[in-house]
Amino acid sequence: MSGPLNDVRVLDLTQHIAGPYATKLFADFGADVIKIERPGGDPSRRLGPYKGGEPHPEKSGTFFYFNTNKRSVALDLKEERGREAFWRLLERADMVVESFRPGVMDSLGLGWDEIHARRGDVPLISITNFGQESPYRDYKGSDLVLYAFAGEMFSTGLLEREPVKMYGTAALVQSGSAAATAMMGALMAGRYQGVGQQVDFSIADSHLVGVDRRHATVIGYQYSGRKSLRSPGAAVGMLNGVFPCQDGWVDLQGGGARFSNAREFLGYPDWMEDEKWDDPAIQMNPEAVEEFNAFFYVWLLEHTKREIWEAARKVRFLCGPLFTIDEVFEDPNFRARGFWEMADHAELGEVEIPGRPFLMSETPWELRRPAPLLGEHTAEVLGEAGYDAGAINELAAAGVAEVR
Amino acid sequence: MAKQPLEGIRILDLGGVWAGTFSTVLLADLGAEVLKQENQFVWQPSTRAVPGPRIPPAMAQAGPGWVTGLPNNDPGESPWNYHPMFVSLYRNKRSFTLDIRQPEGKAILGRLAAMSDAVLENSAVGTMEKLGISYEWLREQREDIIFLRAPGYGITGEYASARTMGAHLEGTMGHQILRGYLGGDPNSNSGIFAADYIAAAQIALAIMMAIWHRNNTGKGQFIEMAQAENAAAMFAQAYMNYSFNGEVDHAIGNRSIYAADGQAPCGVYPCLSPGGAETGDDRWIAITVTSDATWEALRTVMGDPEWAQDPELATGAGRAAAQDMLDEKLAEWTADFEDEDLFARLQAAGVAAAPVLEASRVLDDPHVQARNLYVPQELQDDIGVHRYPRPIYDFPESEGGIRRPPVAFGQDNDYVYRELLGVSDEEYERLEAEGHIATSFSETL
Repeated sequence: MSGPLNDVRVLDLTQHIAGPYATKLFADFGADVIKIERPGGDPSRRLGPYKGGEPHPEKSGTFFYFNTNKRSVALDLKEERGREAFWRLLERADMVVESFRPGVMDSLGLGWDEIHARRGDVPLISITNFGQESPYRDYKGSDLVLYAFAGEMFSTGLLEREPVKMYGTAALVQSGSAAATAMMGALMAGRYQGVGQQVDFSIADSHLVGVDRRHATVIGYQYSGRKSLRSPGAAVGMLNGVFPCQDGWVDLQGGGARFSNAREFLGYPDWMEDEKWDDPAIQMNPEAVEEFNAFFYVWLLEHTKREIWEAARKVRFLCGPLFTIDEVFEDPNFRARGFWEMADHAELGEVEIPGRPFLMSETPWELRRPAPLLGEHTAEVLGEAGYDAGAINELAAAGVAEVR
Repeated sequence: MAKQPLEGIRILDLGGVWAGTFSTVLLADLGAEVLKQENQFVWQPSTRAVPGPRIPPAMAQAGPGWVTGLPNNDPGESPWNYHPMFVSLYRNKRSFTLDIRQPEGKAILGRLAAMSDAVLENSAVGTMEKLGISYEWLREQREDIIFLRAPGYGITGEYASARTMGAHLEGTMGHQILRGYLGGDPNSNSGIFAADYIAAAQIALAIMMAIWHRNNTGKGQFIEMAQAENAAAMFAQAYMNYSFNGEVDHAIGNRSIYAADGQAPCGVYPCLSPGGAETGDDRWIAITVTSDATWEALRTVMGDPEWAQDPELATGAGRAAAQDMLDEKLAEWTADFEDEDLFARLQAAGVAAAPVLEASRVLDDPHVQARNLYVPQELQDDIGVHRYPRPIYDFPESEGGIRRPPVAFGQDNDYVYRELLGVSDEEYERLEAEGHIATSFSETL
């Protein structure tokens, strides 16, 4: 068995995070993703964490995760013969994905009109910060800057402090996921209808009207004239909130109607014998909340987050332990489900990485190869496109292609 | 214009909350006919409104706009049709009602499944089991059906029974420890729904991939997404750091995880503000220096103050080591500027920067206007004209855009029962009397 996209070939000119994540999803589900890297490689090869801590273009954890199952062709598209190779590869491709700044594809001579003239059925997905047409089209972005402008960052954090973002590049990964849906739709239009088209995917737009909560604050303001502000402090109600416990923190939602299971959750403690705790309205009484929490915080410190979560599962409270990364990694449930995958890499040896994003019964996710070394597949891929060994050596000697 | 890529594909939508509900917008935007099954007797939490179908009028008078901001501060008759948290997740869809807990309801669901290409659900494990809806049962209705289930932790394993929203499973996957203020406690983190939305995008993706495979081979399949596992991609660098080096990362606020690679300073800094945070009038600018060259550009925009001339700061490693000082100095500098002014100046110099845009300013933004991201529409309920989101992206050669505004509860009962199922007037009335057909949630809820 192999992935559902095993009859799809993608020419991948994306760099950094969002684009490579979108094409990784294709590669991991069977597509032949040919990653065309500029001399020196995708700049994300120069982003950590590095194995052993020392920067090295083949030891980047960022590059490794976001480029599994792809083949790397190192090609200088600024050279005439590099472009010629691109056109040869296009003859055998189903789609092109790129994430250059707007206008760069045109200036390389690889613009949409050129692609479309050669292959009328091949779509081009262009992934940029603000889109091809926008007053901000030439503006620079980062995960922080794009999330600040387009995502729901303003209302995230504490009232008296600055707004605060999500982890790392989470916002870009959300956008990359949405971009993969655009790729899939464009692929279908190309294969089934013979219609090739350029899809202008803007990371900012994906947050402004789609992924995550921005739409809700925009609608809520239009409806009511009320803004969505940051919270003045930790919001904690009776069994509702993020609580400290013996070995860390738990996120718990056991209030409201669920509160009727509180006794069972806490192991029928003596202090809850009083019938007053049977009245759901007691959760609104600040004195009762204080009384409850005086006992509850002691109980929390006597229990681990795993124990608390197990108790919560039995009574169907919404709950999540706040695992640290080592705890996620070692967690027996995800291990038993087979979530982590072992990759074997020429420079790094065996590396364990997060595995499938979802399970498909007929066409499973598959780790066929680790992230590629720069130019690892230049000769192989150019060979498939009809270049003989002599021609490939010539390109390499001229510095147009990097062959490993 | 070509027809839409998913035209002719029918999706039977048993999903809910954000993950299920947003996933089918993406499919509907690409042309699929999404039939959202609803039930007047069953309240799906966080799917059409919070906290329930009947919102006390007092609740609509205060609170954050996105949670309690209803038209004219009035919940009205049917807040589930226009709740700010959810209304944008219903464009281009069809809604019908059916009580699938009743035997006849389930039989009707089977007939609709037989006409559908894919069925999806994302409720807690046990819900579908109780209803007797399984991949096997769906295959009896249609051999090549695609069935996707997306519970929080999947359908196997010791956590499968856990009740969870996206926020909780982000905790389990490490996000609550990885995000938030540097040195802060996680109980000051705001609730966010990142896991819901990434799951949604990938539910849509998985279904399209399965359709691709079915079109190639004639075979349907079963798809299982554990939303927790799906969320992991957002925290990939932290996992890789542990896998590579055994290092356990923690929250660093708005700083870049790539500080040592040149991405420092990176932060959110105060600007001249028309008011305070308590009225949402505080203004902030987000700035990321992405390279040594953009650090030089930032120095120029700042007029190259003496503190910035330290040669140590010319390298990423030097700036990474000096982040406390850089954040302090930048905050002093930005405080004298309007955020829009700095936005233009910094971007003109090639420095990544933007205001932390408060929601009330979104519709006036030139980018939002130029790209026509929010389009004036009227809903079925008479609440006036408001601007609602358009699809994330357009296909210039294919039909698309907003075919239908956000759909009201049960708005397409006529279409589903009369046109698709071919029921007679008499039968329609009977199904109405038996509770299947409705346009409002039951008073018993």
